[in-house]
Amino acid sequence: MRVYLAVFALLAAVHCKELFNGDQVLRIHVESEDHIQALKELEEDVDSGLDFWTHGFSTERPIDIRVPHSSLSAVKDFLKKNNVPFNVMINNVQELLDREKSEMVSNAKMERSTKSFNFAAYHDLETIYSFMDTLVASHPNLITKVHIGNSYENRPMYALKFSTGGVNRPAIWVDAGIHSREWVTQASAVWIANKIASNYGVDPSVTSLLGQMDIYLMIVTNPDGYVFTHTNNRMWRKTRSVKSGSSCRGVDPNRNWDAGFGGPGASKDPCSDSYHGPYAHSEVEVKNVVDLIMGHGNFKSFISVHSYSQLLMYPYGYTCTDIPDMSELHSVGTAAIKELTSLYNTRYQVGSICKIIYQASGGSIDWTYDIGIKYSFAFELRDTGFYGFLLPANQIIPTAEETWLGLKYIMEYVRNHPY
Amino acid sequence: MKTFCSVWLLLSLVELSPAPPASQEPPLACTGAPDPAPPQPETAEDMASTGDLEPTHYPARRAAQVALHYLNTHHGSPFRVFGLQQVHKASAEDVAAGGRKYKLDFSVTDWGSGSATMNKSSEEFFSNTTDVLNIAGPALRCSADVLFPRTERHSAPEVQLHCEALHQINSTAQEEDAFYQKYISPDSAVSARDIPDSFGNVSEEMQPFWRLARVAASFIMLRESSENTEFNMAKVASVTQQESSGEQLMLEFVVLLHDLPSQVTHKHTHRLWTLMDTEAVCVLTVCVCSAGDRSVEAAGVLVSRQRRQGPADRVAAQMPSRHQTPKLTL
Repeated sequence: MRVYLAVFALLAAVHCKELFNGDQVLRIHVESEDHIQALKELEEDVDSGLDFWTHGFSTERPIDIRVPHSSLSAVKDFLKKNNVPFNVMINNVQELLDREKSEMVSNAKMERSTKSFNFAAYHDLETIYSFMDTLVASHPNLITKVHIGNSYENRPMYALKFSTGGVNRPAIWVDAGIHSREWVTQASAVWIANKIASNYGVDPSVTSLLGQMDIYLMIVTNPDGYVFTHTNNRMWRKTRSVKSGSSCRGVDPNRNWDAGFGGPGASKDPCSDSYHGPYAHSEVEVKNVVDLIMGHGNFKSFISVHSYSQLLMYPYGYTCTDIPDMSELHSVGTAAIKELTSLYNTRYQVGSICKIIYQASGGSIDWTYDIGIKYSFAFELRDTGFYGFLLPANQIIPTAEETWLGLKYIMEYVRNHPY
Repeated sequence: MKTFCSVWLLLSLVELSPAPPASQEPPLACTGAPDPAPPQPETAEDMASTGDLEPTHYPARRAAQVALHYLNTHHGSPFRVFGLQQVHKASAEDVAAGGRKYKLDFSVTDWGSGSATMNKSSEEFFSNTTDVLNIAGPALRCSADVLFPRTERHSAPEVQLHCEALHQINSTAQEEDAFYQKYISPDSAVSARDIPDSFGNVSEEMQPFWRLARVAASFIMLRESSENTEFNMAKVASVTQQESSGEQLMLEFVVLLHDLPSQVTHKHTHRLWTLMDTEAVCVLTVCVCSAGDRSVEAAGVLVSRQRRQGPADRVAAQMPSRHQTPKLTL
């Protein structure tokens, strides 16, 4: 019916603005043969200009009729006289058409703006947040914006939830930008959000994945830090929390999780870039994610995106002891980077955090693995040190494209291996 | 015929003044001896395996990066910087004198070949290129011995390095000459900040300066490296041309170094002098300033380089003994 009305709206727009002003749509509840007779009479009266939206009268279902304004009182009187029950379904057809038309126009505008969004550029927080709103508005049946809490400096933290329904479906979590200077991660996450949205209904794999699972995508996991990299210090990594007794601010949000907290590979010096914080989950940014994951209770995969080094890693970071699922995660990782590499031949390595990059305690994917989220991975995106954190914008899309292939592989694997 | 020798460089470390921007990194004080690397407690999870190492794991990679820094101090230039492509094989063993020696088999690529490639548009660059790391030339195969001494205070690692076909890579002498000629002119006063900028941009003009800074930074990164560090140059905070005296092109760089394991970014200042040398023998000298003293004191020659046109593939890498050279005040 929406399409029907939409067509009407277009026609109305083209031909005459007020074609249906004051018209109503009546829903007739037929209960007897007499009612059917009466309706047949109405149908024969061509002068009344009645527009039957339902054809074939039966007591099985209601019959909808669009009644022109000029015929309204006459038709209503007739129905009342014949004791035919009815109700007004659409009070003013024109009004509805106008509303739908303006909705379509604004949707088209929004779709144009996600289409015209410059993915090959780095954007500030406000622009990214506005992009998220645009994306949600143009895919209202797929995406919702989840406000998971606020940052230390009281900025809202949003995750995009991709869901086709269900109740608390098994879910996959992806976060980017927990370390604010890793700009290619937020930028890639923006592209990936758009990719998932536009792939749904088009790509069979993504469509089937979203038919069974939800995806939570957190584009800016450390908004305070991100703003600071724009306004003050491009190399800022941590949160911006204040620690009493120290002039130095911020905690490394990826040393603050409750997994080997305070162990090797994290600093107890508040001025250090890898300061673990006063206690596990002291940082509100971390706590918000922890609460969401715990509250949800049905995450099957947790993937954290960082840069740089071109690595795909699985737990643990806090110890070099192998996890029980090491061989499975290693082979998933190996297959995922094969997909990633297939696009631009970007070389990635796979291994546990502790062995491949450094021992680091208090990391997010260690915590998620230890609470039972088996498919926990961390990416380190481009490059290997040439530009490092300062990756040129012309590499955003290639990075996002190849990362998406790796990510998609992992997600498909998770979908195919429920536990 | 004068051949440009970009390689006669003097580098010095000066004490960093507490200058903005507000950065939490404490200024690296300049002492007579190199600062010790941030102390890492020996843990039960010591990755100290002796024997064959997994080439993709960090112990092999860190040692290879040290060899890279060494390679760049010898063969880097405004038009050549090498990056690690892959470690093929690695092994480590403890040595009698104390310390650990790594044996490495790895490949490197020249990050610097073709200045134009640094800013290629994404389409033309990535649609045709099969290897995104190939911002430069083909891979060179290298082998190296890297010794990390185990001394109470940090001492620099020692490197012996051999790369195949080093002499076969395209000479950049012409570009270097042009670069030198351009900036040695009396009214040249190069001054720039933030290379790359926040968005990763490096102007075409600044690319050779970026590479030169990277080469200079390699001296520091080499010196500061240990098994617990993995350095990269995060960016050039500033480059300022100093007044040249005669044939000396003098540049001052402030660079930001990033250490992966600690995630700390350190700031360093270098002063570079380039000299034209009639014999085309190039020497790189690193100067270390004395403790608490802001004047520059040349403390020794770290490495000698062969003439650029000649065979340079075999770099017999001994860390040369330090000798005193006259004090330079600025």
